[in-house]
Amino acid sequence: MALKIVKGSIDRMFDKNLQDLVRGIRNHKEDEAKYISTCIDEIKQELKQDNIAVKANAVCKLTYLQMLGYDVSWAAFNIVEVMSSSKFTYKRIGYLAASQCFHESTDVIMLTTNQIRKDLSSPNQYDTGVALTGLSCFVTPDLARDLANDIMTLMSHTKPYIRKKAVLIMYKVFLKYPESLRPAFPRLKEKLEDPDPGVQSAAVNVICELARRNPKNYLSLAPLFFKLMTSSTNNWVLIKIIKLFGALTPLEPRLGKKLIEPLTNLIHSTSAMSLLYECVNTVIAVLISLSSGMPNHSASIQLCVQKLRILIEDSDQNLKYLGLLAMSKILKTHPKSVQSHKDLILQCLDDKDESIRLRALDLLYGMVSKKNLMEIVKKLMLHVDKAEGTTYRDELLTKIIDICSQSNYQYITNFEWYISILVELTRLEGTRHGHLIASQMLDVAIRVKAIRVFAVAQMATLLDNAHLLTGNVQRKGICEVLYAAAWICGEFSEHLDNPTQTLEAMLRPKVATLPGHIQAVYVQNAAKLFATILKSQEGNTDSTAAQETSQLMIDRLPLFVQSANLEVQERASCILQLVKYIQKLQQKDVEIAEEVIALFAGELNPVAPKAQKKVPVPEGLDLDAWINEPPSESESEDEQPRAIFAKEEPKHSRPRHTEVDEKELAKRREARKQEQANNPFYIKSSPSSQKVYQEAPGVEHIPVVQIDLSVPLKVPGLPMSDQYVKLEEERRQKDKAEKKKKEKKKRKEKRSGRGKRHDSGPESEEDITPAHMVDIVTEEMPENALPSDDDDKDPNDPHKALDIDLDKPLADSEKLPVRSHRAAEVLKSPAQDGDAESAVSQETKKKSSKEKREKKKDKDRDRKKSKEDKKKKKKKHKSEEKGEDLLGGQEDGPVGQSEETSEVAAQPTSTTAEVSDLDFWLSNAPVPSNTQEAATVAAAEAAPVSELASGTAPDSEPDEPKDTETEETKSSKHKKKKQKKEKEEKEKKKKKKHHHHHHHSDGGGEESVQNGTVEEEEPLPPMSNYCLLAENSYIKMMMEDADQVNDIQGNLQDGSQVVVSVIFENKCDSFLKSMEFNVLDSLNSKLQRPEGSGPHDGLTVPFQLPPGVSNEARFVFTMQSIIMPQKLKGTLTFIVKNEDSSTHEKLDFKLHFTCTSYLITTPCYSDAFAKLLESGDLKCSSVKLEGVVMPFHHLLARICFRHHFSVVERIDSCASMYSRSIQDHHVCLLVKTSGQTVSIDAKCDEPTLLGNVLDEIKQTFSQC
Amino acid sequence: MIKAILIFNNHGKPRLSKFYEHYNEDIEQQIIRETFHLVSKRDENVCNFLEGGMLIGGSDYKLIYRHYATLYFVFCVDSSESELGILDLIQVFVETLDKCFENVCELDLIFHVDKVHNILAEMVMGGMVLETNMNEIITQVDAQNKMEKSEVRLTLPVHYFYLSVYQAGQVDTGRYCRSACSCRISCKEHEPPGNAQKHQHW
Repeated sequence: MALKIVKGSIDRMFDKNLQDLVRGIRNHKEDEAKYISTCIDEIKQELKQDNIAVKANAVCKLTYLQMLGYDVSWAAFNIVEVMSSSKFTYKRIGYLAASQCFHESTDVIMLTTNQIRKDLSSPNQYDTGVALTGLSCFVTPDLARDLANDIMTLMSHTKPYIRKKAVLIMYKVFLKYPESLRPAFPRLKEKLEDPDPGVQSAAVNVICELARRNPKNYLSLAPLFFKLMTSSTNNWVLIKIIKLFGALTPLEPRLGKKLIEPLTNLIHSTSAMSLLYECVNTVIAVLISLSSGMPNHSASIQLCVQKLRILIEDSDQNLKYLGLLAMSKILKTHPKSVQSHKDLILQCLDDKDESIRLRALDLLYGMVSKKNLMEIVKKLMLHVDKAEGTTYRDELLTKIIDICSQSNYQYITNFEWYISILVELTRLEGTRHGHLIASQMLDVAIRVKAIRVFAVAQMATLLDNAHLLTGNVQRKGICEVLYAAAWICGEFSEHLDNPTQTLEAMLRPKVATLPGHIQAVYVQNAAKLFATILKSQEGNTDSTAAQETSQLMIDRLPLFVQSANLEVQERASCILQLVKYIQKLQQKDVEIAEEVIALFAGELNPVAPKAQKKVPVPEGLDLDAWINEPPSESESEDEQPRAIFAKEEPKHSRPRHTEVDEKELAKRREARKQEQANNPFYIKSSPSSQKVYQEAPGVEHIPVVQIDLSVPLKVPGLPMSDQYVKLEEERRQKDKAEKKKKEKKKRKEKRSGRGKRHDSGPESEEDITPAHMVDIVTEEMPENALPSDDDDKDPNDPHKALDIDLDKPLADSEKLPVRSHRAAEVLKSPAQDGDAESAVSQETKKKSSKEKREKKKDKDRDRKKSKEDKKKKKKKHKSEEKGEDLLGGQEDGPVGQSEETSEVAAQPTSTTAEVSDLDFWLSNAPVPSNTQEAATVAAAEAAPVSELASGTAPDSEPDEPKDTETEETKSSKHKKKKQKKEKEEKEKKKKKKHHHHHHHSDGGGEESVQNGTVEEEEPLPPMSNYCLLAENSYIKMMMEDADQVNDIQGNLQDGSQVVVSVIFENKCDSFLKSMEFNVLDSLNSKLQRPEGSGPHDGLTVPFQLPPGVSNEARFVFTMQSIIMPQKLKGTLTFIVKNEDSSTHEKLDFKLHFTCTSYLITTPCYSDAFAKLLESGDLKCSSVKLEGVVMPFHHLLARICFRHHFSVVERIDSCASMYSRSIQDHHVCLLVKTSGQTVSIDAKCDEPTLLGNVLDEIKQTFSQC
Repeated sequence: MIKAILIFNNHGKPRLSKFYEHYNEDIEQQIIRETFHLVSKRDENVCNFLEGGMLIGGSDYKLIYRHYATLYFVFCVDSSESELGILDLIQVFVETLDKCFENVCELDLIFHVDKVHNILAEMVMGGMVLETNMNEIITQVDAQNKMEKSEVRLTLPVHYFYLSVYQAGQVDTGRYCRSACSCRISCKEHEPPGNAQKHQHW
């Protein structure tokens, strides 16, 4: 055969496998890129070959190259080909490659849907496993939607290996297709109690991931997890659960109370450090949630802190790190208990490990007090000097500033010290945080009035020494400080000792080398200084000094007038003209100082950072409206005057502002009135600022006189801030002495003034009075602005979509798109619908009676009987609503469910019962000391809880006597529900149709890939691939005509296997069980039976059918020859079980294997297709179809769908199609249409098969 | 969730990269390089956690790594994973490699990256921990390898024969080979005895 010949020629070029490639790359160290590019060329050649082994090898090499950073997305189609190989070896290579390089925008992914579905249902567990693993990496919303149901089925697979993978991948499916969460959740929950620990762990994993993002929806699972926690011995599972509880406790403090004891026990008992650590973490979370009013938990805190101390003291750096991390969490709520370990944490600052030092720094933040701030910062300053790497030093710098500035400089008692620290920090080389220091300087100088004198003096020195800061290129970042210095000196120039000198410093030529925005500030503040100087010199009789100053300005400013920076230039020229004018006036001896000063009069108040954003939009102003009509479309985008407006606050254009309701408008109107009442130009400090600056006492304490300001800033050796530490200590001593004196007086007077407190004795925290009152002018905010901070949430978070209430019962429209059940659903007429409804209600009746039985065992109570009846009634009503969803969840129906869950299901109108379940569990249940007991207690409790809940919640369930009057309302409700249901039904149908189309486009996806010219065509009619197999009054069997399921699994046998999936639908009112499926084997085809069973034994169908329910089973057949269609006779036997009787029944059927069912949809490239045709190895045959009236693309779609072909290429009314049989026969079609005649020319290497396929195609079209 | 698993050697050459979130190839390489720079400058006896780099992660993410002889094993995880648990997982991973390759060394990872991927796939799936029991992992990996072998025997690929001749001529010389001898990853030998015990957090 020609293929063999081709194969032979391939072998020559196919000389490298992965190992050779790697070796080659290593031997070509110098020209690696060149070598790889030749390798890629070879790979491209290999990919063109038909031999799948060659292709797989090539794809394997590409996977390696991908790791090295080469883009291999061009081979995506070949990867799909390798994925669809029937051999596990190649399939695995294909899936690995796909998982490494496919992503949501890879377009060939849509071709894989059917292939993956096929692999998922493969009888070989490793095919399924490999598909699941691959899918977990590249699942897209489309794949998730199409495969959700298949994966859900796998969650109940017999093999734990598959179950655990299926459970785990559900998380990815939920993320991509959030609608699947609710239908799949019951089964996921069930898996929490799976007998296999791996599956259980996977389920815990998934639920923990889900709950972490939306904890409140999972609170109701707390009892279940509690049970798991007290019974599990798997540390991995325990850790996950304990972490989950950590996320849940903030929502439900009572849960925390319940958790403390078992967690404490675990802390004491476990030897696993990881578990211990997580327990401590969760206990901390619990304590945080309980922090208010739970004094008796101090023991727990002590335990945690104590255990953490052990971790921190450990020589293992990892434990030390984690210990510090957890400590920082405690710090937030219980700073006192952490502060006692200050020694340990300071010790960690000296650790050689940077991560640990950083963690210790975090802790320091919370450990400072008024008393120790100076000491701690001093230590940090030492570290700053020692620190070698700039990142760590920068981190230190920010931490120092953070620590000092936290909560409005709460811990700073001496601002002179702080200013000097800031000044010292400016000496750091190469820091990125110049602006941070600058903003601190500004903030302190503005808000702490008492410090201004000192700050101005320091800033003047800084300006004087500016050359030291700017001299070095590396110091670029730090020159930001000059911005602050210049501004402070200008704004508060009245405090300057020697303003002329500072003015001179500001106008040095060197300043022109600074960044523009700093120069601008220099110029502006030089003007302010100038005004001050004029003022001070006005009084003098000698006016020459004043004129000299003016001259200085006039001399120096032209430098700035020439600046390239627009801002600098503008300010400079403006001020220059002003000064020239002033000079003229001066020469005429006019007193102008007052007027010049007036230019800069007025006080600045700090404004909160968010204030601007919070300013309400005035009524009637629509920010989204065009001011001018938008330019006509013909103008290009760039020509729009965007750039000019770009700087305007973009925040204003947010739609948030425009969507205001009536209330909001009223509120704003109110606000506006208030605002108008105030002077708009004077920003008053808001009434909430508690501390009002009192000048007299504060200033007296400032030891300004003792500072030698002439000490140059850059004196190496004695750091300046140290002086203040000493001074501060002295001051405190003095203060204390003074206070003691005053205290005596004060006993007579009543408490007055500030900072005088009663306690004497050892210096306590509050005892230290700050040297300056911080005029922490609370930052200005618009009057009605709310301090809410919800702007921070990321609207693109995928987990937002998963914020779904899981306790609500499933609605009809929520079912997963079940591909296999489509036919049955679509066929259903409204009349049948009614039938189904009644069947369902019957079923639920049974369910409740079953519950009844179970409950009888549990307890004997008098009122129980009536209770149950009531429940039954209620259920009847609800069953309508529930009907569809029971269908969907048949497998996890009433049988395996715990009492609690069925209780939830039975009360769909509200979740009260379930919530009170939780309430009950949280409030009453004793914490079991014995783990075994815990399990039983929890289980036993569930029952009484449900009773109690329904009994005590009057609004959720009216009492019996009241029933009569509520009956009417109920029935009206009932009607409404019915209507609603019908509506939903319609919607569902619409949706279904939609899915059809969608699915279809999957099947014919090659069209769009191969043939770019396909225009938007009208939607395709729905198609079903299920056909009726047999039916009687009890049961209906539908067979799927193979497309998705058949595959060769037969690499171990000579023959091939075909998987047939059959849907069994229970049509009667009774329970069907013990179903056995048997087929009379022929010579050619055999049903695969489990090992050890005879050739005539039937296969047990692995499920039972409650009334009205349908389910799908798959059977594997082995085929010898596939060239002829096959018919097999079979029987289904089953037991029909009524409440009182049970009968054996049987149903005969005929399985029809068409030749089509041996074909697999296989994508094919057009060049490979051409080569195949040219090989001359294929036999020809053709067929003509008359009277086909459907559009051509419908026709193609039909062939694709019914006969498993794929379109290779389509040109106008002519298309080539390809398919492959499970035994590797190639089938090629050329379909042409003219008018109503369709001619199909076909080629295949097996003429008999071809003839049969063509016959079948003919039949398909004759039917329509 | 685990965001990425990276293995690279002391020179920053990637030996395995598995991203559970899509990045394009350039960014992947940048991440590997950045991670290598972060990790390689750390001393041997410092803690194994790192606050994430610029490219990967963010505040919620951590790099958790272990250094075995010539190789770094780095996991990038978010806060839902237990740090110590991941450290143990790395240990399980390396021990499994050691079992599957019989005294694993860097060369094994260089030439059989596909096998390493297959082993990893049995431990971590889509960024979530699938299995932590070493015996279970090995059982599944062996079963799949057995299946692969039986397929190979059936198809009798001509090229394999071809290659064995080809390989005989090629000698992989140079320092890698020598260094390979000295760089065996053996978790038991290379861990300081005290440390080895401590890392058994389970």
